[in-house]
Amino acid sequence: MAGSIESHIAEWRTYVRQGRAVEGPDVDELEAHLRDQMADLGAAGLTDDEAFLVAVKRMGHVDALSREFALEHSDRLWKQLVLGSSAETERPATHLVEALVFATAAAILIQLARLSSGWPDKESSFFLRNVSLFVLPFLAGYFARGRRLSRRQGLLMIAPFVVAALVVNLYPFGPGSSTELLVALHLPIAMWFAVAFPYMGGAWRSHERRMDYVRFTGEWFIYFVLIALGGGVLIGLTSMLLQPLGQHVVEQVLTWVIPSGAAGAVIVAAWLVEAKQSVVENMAPVLTMVFTPLFAAVLAASVVIYAVSGVGEFDRDRLGMFDALLIVVLALLLYGLSARQGTQRAGLMDTMQLVAVAGALILDLMVLGSMLGRIGDLGFTPNRVAALGLNLVLLANLVWAAWLSIRLVAGRVTVHRLQRWQTMYLPVFAIWAAAVVVVLPPLFSFA
Amino acid sequence: MHIDKDLVAASATPLVLAILSEGESYGYAILNRVRELSGGELEWTDGMLYPLLHRLHRYGYVTTEWRSPPEGRRRRYYAITDAGRSALVEYQRQWDAVSRALDDMWSRFDLRPAIGGA
Repeated sequence: MAGSIESHIAEWRTYVRQGRAVEGPDVDELEAHLRDQMADLGAAGLTDDEAFLVAVKRMGHVDALSREFALEHSDRLWKQLVLGSSAETERPATHLVEALVFATAAAILIQLARLSSGWPDKESSFFLRNVSLFVLPFLAGYFARGRRLSRRQGLLMIAPFVVAALVVNLYPFGPGSSTELLVALHLPIAMWFAVAFPYMGGAWRSHERRMDYVRFTGEWFIYFVLIALGGGVLIGLTSMLLQPLGQHVVEQVLTWVIPSGAAGAVIVAAWLVEAKQSVVENMAPVLTMVFTPLFAAVLAASVVIYAVSGVGEFDRDRLGMFDALLIVVLALLLYGLSARQGTQRAGLMDTMQLVAVAGALILDLMVLGSMLGRIGDLGFTPNRVAALGLNLVLLANLVWAAWLSIRLVAGRVTVHRLQRWQTMYLPVFAIWAAAVVVVLPPLFSFA
Repeated sequence: MHIDKDLVAASATPLVLAILSEGESYGYAILNRVRELSGGELEWTDGMLYPLLHRLHRYGYVTTEWRSPPEGRRRRYYAITDAGRSALVEYQRQWDAVSRALDDMWSRFDLRPAIGGA
């Protein structure tokens, strides 16, 4: 008799485990509860079988239970934004067709724009300035369909793209203007934040959904790079095949294939992130584990080197390089946080992260010092304002992140606080990128 | 008496924190204490307690540890932290304000004549 109860409990365990948000230790915990309950019921005179049935019933419906677990542990199955098993089975196929439709549309639009602007034969600033507007609205549209946005949310989603298109094309940029180049650099970032709105299904205030978007961005990037690598091989082979027909033919084919392929890959990569989640899911924590210590070492080494040899003159190229490094470090930090289990205790990785943040902070201070010197000597230019603003935005983030990291390693706060700080800060990046696009050019009379 | 679902959900966090402030405990015992405190009127679906405990852990309000006493079952124990205590104080303030406001209204017109008569 006892054997049959054990097999009932084992069956129940398997059933509960099917909810993908409920992990091994959780089931252990629930099982301990079940056994306590059964023991009490048994003491009250119920048979084992009766006690099991009552205890299971009190535990609650398994679907409802796993949904509740899923809401708390959204990091375990964040890809299933639509919870429930029926949604899971019908999703991938229909979404692939939709993704391909949107990808094709982006690929066609970018070709039309390229042909009408004559790029790359003619130097076309129109094409470069607008390039994100040819692709990202389709990504937003793809998410809007998948998340079934309401009409009002749809309008809100379109608004930033319309404003951006107007601003970017109505501003009278002079030839070779540096504000134009800054706009071309910052617009894709601002527009990427605009895609966040449909991605989150309009729930942009939710810190959990913001973290989901950070995670999505990281995995999207990984998939995009993988597709680009494959595409690179394909292009290399194609150009070898076509070589006998002449260099001219090769170049013609490439100007058609590369922009369209890249535009389509943006959307296909987004589809892959959601559909083939489990593939990257295993890779992402490994990648952050490998690169966080490496970047921590690089940053610590450069801090030491610059402290010994002096900062010297930061010219424009070196400033750009440092800013790129800082952004990569911050991205890695964010991505690492998004993959972090909220309940783990602080470990070696958190110390590594603290080293990386501290290194980045010191470097940022050095860069800022040198930049302020340049501005003092030479005055404000659009480039210097953009760089100064970016470094201040990074500095504020890093200072508080470093403070929280110290407290985390000391065991005073939980990872939740770090995650919350970063998700709170995300709009600051969006606002800064938008400000460079909208406010900076008129300030410097489009020079 | 059936207590409204939203009310059960809203009171769950302060109640669990309050029970843990009496001393560390584990899921099954916490639920028994809830039944005891409410005279059996506050009915929870047992399983739902665990996601709640995990959320409190994520917020840093409780710490948790698996422990197997020499005689008895291996269980996961929860203990309240300082952050949890200050959250509890805040909850208490909020609930005090709500129940003061309600008490004030209840005292003006007693809407429950049927209870005594039934």
